[in-house]
Amino acid sequence: MAKKEYSFYPGCTSERRASASNYMVSVESMCNKLDVKLNEIPDWNCCTASIGYAEGGELPRHALNARNIALSEKHNNGQDIVATCAACWLGAKETQQRLSASDQLLSDTKEALKEAGLAIDYTGDVPIRHMVEVLLEDFGYEELAKPAIKSLEGIKFAGYVGCQTNRPFGIDGESFENPRYLDKLVETVGGQAIEEYDQKVTCCGGALAFSEPEKSQEQIKDIVESAYDHGADMIVTPCPVCQMNVEIYQDSINKNYKTKFNMPVTYYSQLMTVAYGGSAKEAGLDGQVIRAKQLEDIAAKPVKK
Amino acid sequence: MADSDTAMVERYRNSFLNEVEANVEEGDWVKMCIQCGVCSGSCPFGPHWEHPPQELFMMIRAGKREAVLSTDSMWMCTSCYNCIVRCPREIPITHIMHGLANYAHRLGIAPKMNPTRRFAKLFWDNIAQKGRVNEMRLSVGLYFMDGLASGIKKSMEMASTGWGMFRAKRMNPPTLFVHKGCKDSEGIRKMLKKAQEIEDRRKGLTV
Repeated sequence: MAKKEYSFYPGCTSERRASASNYMVSVESMCNKLDVKLNEIPDWNCCTASIGYAEGGELPRHALNARNIALSEKHNNGQDIVATCAACWLGAKETQQRLSASDQLLSDTKEALKEAGLAIDYTGDVPIRHMVEVLLEDFGYEELAKPAIKSLEGIKFAGYVGCQTNRPFGIDGESFENPRYLDKLVETVGGQAIEEYDQKVTCCGGALAFSEPEKSQEQIKDIVESAYDHGADMIVTPCPVCQMNVEIYQDSINKNYKTKFNMPVTYYSQLMTVAYGGSAKEAGLDGQVIRAKQLEDIAAKPVKK
Repeated sequence: MADSDTAMVERYRNSFLNEVEANVEEGDWVKMCIQCGVCSGSCPFGPHWEHPPQELFMMIRAGKREAVLSTDSMWMCTSCYNCIVRCPREIPITHIMHGLANYAHRLGIAPKMNPTRRFAKLFWDNIAQKGRVNEMRLSVGLYFMDGLASGIKKSMEMASTGWGMFRAKRMNPPTLFVHKGCKDSEGIRKMLKKAQEIEDRRKGLTV
């Protein structure tokens, strides 16, 4: 298959030693195996996430996202923008939609972009996609199964899709209430998906896990508890905020609710990297706060010829 | 910003709905609400809202300006977008909640001590300097928001979580002091200043 190239928007959490650096490591390994080339948008900036609105308002928020789109159109012309983070994908896509719906917002944004020397570069025509869309639409489950040389057989996964990889834009035309793609990806690499995992689209609290920890941890408790109730060995998610919130607060929840949670929370890209023969390090498994032992074991096993 | 608040009361004396339509992000959708309550029932933090979204929409139409802008309700929005995808009228509820929070904050009448309002300000100041999030400074800033003593207490409480992140190489202590951020952070700061100027001009907030 011919090499595929995309304009890559990695986002702040992907930076070296940042909270989703393990996601980044696994995405790079997965893309290597799939012969995908990610061309980073030079000097990309923050999408303002889902909390920037309060102080930043409307236009400054759109200006920041438009700057990324303009930089991509300037340097990686003709390539679709691909984001791995749900908030980055949402922020960029939302700005693009708003600007195309309002001439005034577009011209105001361009006036602001001029200050960063990018006014003429923004057209807003470039498709903005999530990495999962690339996998499903440009490859498809069958193609994604081909490079797999190991099976994740025997591991039960609770597919936690969360919010922003799902709403408001949706992936691959799937239902907002019961998206199936994550389960299908799990099955593609031989894992067992728990289809009746009822908390699959529950909110983890997002940025409010910082500002309203008790309220958010109440949500996270349900998300983890349901995974246990359904016999899951680990949770898998496409979102860096979901991953962090659901993994790192299990400790606090155990203290406050007298639970004994110790449920690994992994990324789809880590599953795929391991199935494609990558090492635990290549899959970023050394970046788990709660180690995913079963995946590490499969990664350590030599490939049967 | 209290002056802006007075100016807005003068200008839209008879209609808070008009004020919201003119100044709040996606505010012109407020009149479309059919009061079905699906948004309120869909919100993950629903029980914590003094006035859930559908109630806020009715209050806006009833002219309850102070009650709407000073409540901490819309600060409970986690941006999960459940309300948007379920609303039978396809009203962009999440964005209107963000817009109301932002507007109340700009006018200086949002609840001062609301933790999400304070965190949001911390977050924006964090990204506006260098164009990218500095996670270390953001978390330390959050823990020490209420001063040194409470900051030390919170840090102790979160010590094992922090240690876990550090061991997993997902925390970068040196960035507390040195953080590269974007190369053109100066251009970004100029761009944001300009964007703010234009937005204030459009909304008549130039004070």
